[in-house]
Amino acid sequence: MSIEKTLSRVTEKMIDSRPAPSDSIGAVAWLRSNLFAGPINTLFTLFALYLVYLLVVPSLQWALIDASWSGTSREDCTGEGACWVFISARLDQFIYGFYPSEETWRVDIVFAVFAALIAWLAIPKLPAKGWVAIVSLAVFPFIAYFLLHGGSFGLEIVGTHEWGGLMLTLVLAVVGIVAALPLGILLALGRRSEMPIVKSICVVFIEFWRGVPLITVLFMASVMLPLFVPGEVNLDKLVRALIGITLFQSAYMAEVVRGGLQAIPKGQTEAGMALGLGYWRNMGLIVLPQALKLMIPGIVNTFIALFKDTSLVLIIGLFDLLAIVQAGLADPKWLGYSIEGYAFVALVFWVFCFSMSRYSQYLERLLHTGHKKR
Amino acid sequence: MTTTTSASQGNTGADERPMIELKGLNKWYGDFHVLRDINLSVRKGERIVICGPSGSGKSTMIRCINHLEEHQEGDIVVNGMPLTQDIKQIEAIRRNVGMVFQHFNLFPHLTVLENCCLAPIWVQKRPRREAEAEAMKYLERVRIADQAHKFPGQLSGGQQQRVAIARSLCLSPEVMLFDEPTSALDPEMIKEVLDVMVELANEGMTMLCVTHEMGFAKTVADRVIFMDQGQIIEENAPEPFFNNPQSERTQLFLSQILGH
Repeated sequence: MSIEKTLSRVTEKMIDSRPAPSDSIGAVAWLRSNLFAGPINTLFTLFALYLVYLLVVPSLQWALIDASWSGTSREDCTGEGACWVFISARLDQFIYGFYPSEETWRVDIVFAVFAALIAWLAIPKLPAKGWVAIVSLAVFPFIAYFLLHGGSFGLEIVGTHEWGGLMLTLVLAVVGIVAALPLGILLALGRRSEMPIVKSICVVFIEFWRGVPLITVLFMASVMLPLFVPGEVNLDKLVRALIGITLFQSAYMAEVVRGGLQAIPKGQTEAGMALGLGYWRNMGLIVLPQALKLMIPGIVNTFIALFKDTSLVLIIGLFDLLAIVQAGLADPKWLGYSIEGYAFVALVFWVFCFSMSRYSQYLERLLHTGHKKR
Repeated sequence: MTTTTSASQGNTGADERPMIELKGLNKWYGDFHVLRDINLSVRKGERIVICGPSGSGKSTMIRCINHLEEHQEGDIVVNGMPLTQDIKQIEAIRRNVGMVFQHFNLFPHLTVLENCCLAPIWVQKRPRREAEAEAMKYLERVRIADQAHKFPGQLSGGQQQRVAIARSLCLSPEVMLFDEPTSALDPEMIKEVLDVMVELANEGMTMLCVTHEMGFAKTVADRVIFMDQGQIIEENAPEPFFNNPQSERTQLFLSQILGH
């Protein structure tokens, strides 16, 4: 009897949707479920808070409250805490290296224009992105070169041996990033090519550059390369370093890109081919836009690694931000402030890398077109 | 019913040249002989349904027609153009042949409208505005114009497949190939896609459909082809094909798919 009853059932009234119980959403519920879910959980939470307290309070005390901020020499550092006078007194050198101080406005202009272009490209509301991108890639590098290096339009020549500090770090990183990405994409496409010669060349190139340490590459570029090229070809040391970094990073980039290309289903290419699109259009319009979106975390990871690797140019005698701060620490007048120096370098590197990271996350959300939750 | 009208459309005039001609087609995957001596001639306006067990080479055969698969022996002629190794010739044939895939293969990073306009703009070099107007016309026809600015990921499977059909139509192809267009769909959505296909058939489009929708085959097809182990086993008009199959394998296959 009862079985028959359960076999037949008709629901006539549909159930209206109700709000979730109030204790399962909101800040209090979050705290309760994540920090104070039980006695042991609560204990750990309190212990962790105590550890944070032990770490953060003295650090803040040292870095901010007890720190000395203004002055010109170490005598001005009277407080118990950090001596930021070391940084502020030498800030110009940290930013511009050995660039002549009456010419630093040229560097300022270049980086102001660069920041403006980047901001224009990054803010979605601003129009004419295509034109700005063309200007950034085709016009700006020449302007930057003529301003930074000089030698024409009545500007005094400032040789690259006088470049240094944050400015050199940025030049290395930006040129490396901008050149390594397209080269990496070409290498990745080549490695997936069905043409045996193209494929072999790309495989050999990628495996060679990935197999050697960057320090070796820079050293070779600086010391060995001049031995092989004819005497009259005298490539600038910075240019050689840039070529080394670009080739090295493009090999890494190629593998990131290849990973992204492999994630795109074959059906996408087939659909493109069935519509009569040729190889390059298929790649440029269908596969790469999707693959690059998937690759954003990997690409930015490579960018960040590249940015930090630029400090290796120290070994060929180029003074990037880290090297120039280290050099400053060796100054007898400022002995003993290495914590401040390294903390400053770390902060600057972190700001740049973290900005790249945040922007990439924003970009991922912006380009998200599916309906699934992120 | 509609068969007669469109068959007469397809056969009128002096255009006796077949739309698609496969002659002695053979294909191997490594050592595996997937297509064996396929001979098939498709008239303009003819609707052909291809069925058969999985692995019988049906999809491979129609994918050879637009060179998504390469065949090793035999000749393929589409609308008078022989399929050669020349990439220009292949692309010319692809512009004449629309294809609808089992898994839709819409481009997820583009909106529905952009999916449809991509090939007209980049392959046919038409102005964007004109291509969009034309695409809207086709989206209207598959009854999905109101979703034109959504992304494929926001649509149901049936809606996506209708968009895929519209996308192919935007190049005004002479032939449409359907590779199991309803196999990946929920039962509720199969009908909306089949309806669009039936309409297309009634308008006189030359169609080759690999499908297991036997109802569709009965109402629309001029000819049903049964394939097994890389060969065409039986070929007939739908009425005798379903009511009086000649080959034992066809009988077995039909009894299995129509048995319940």
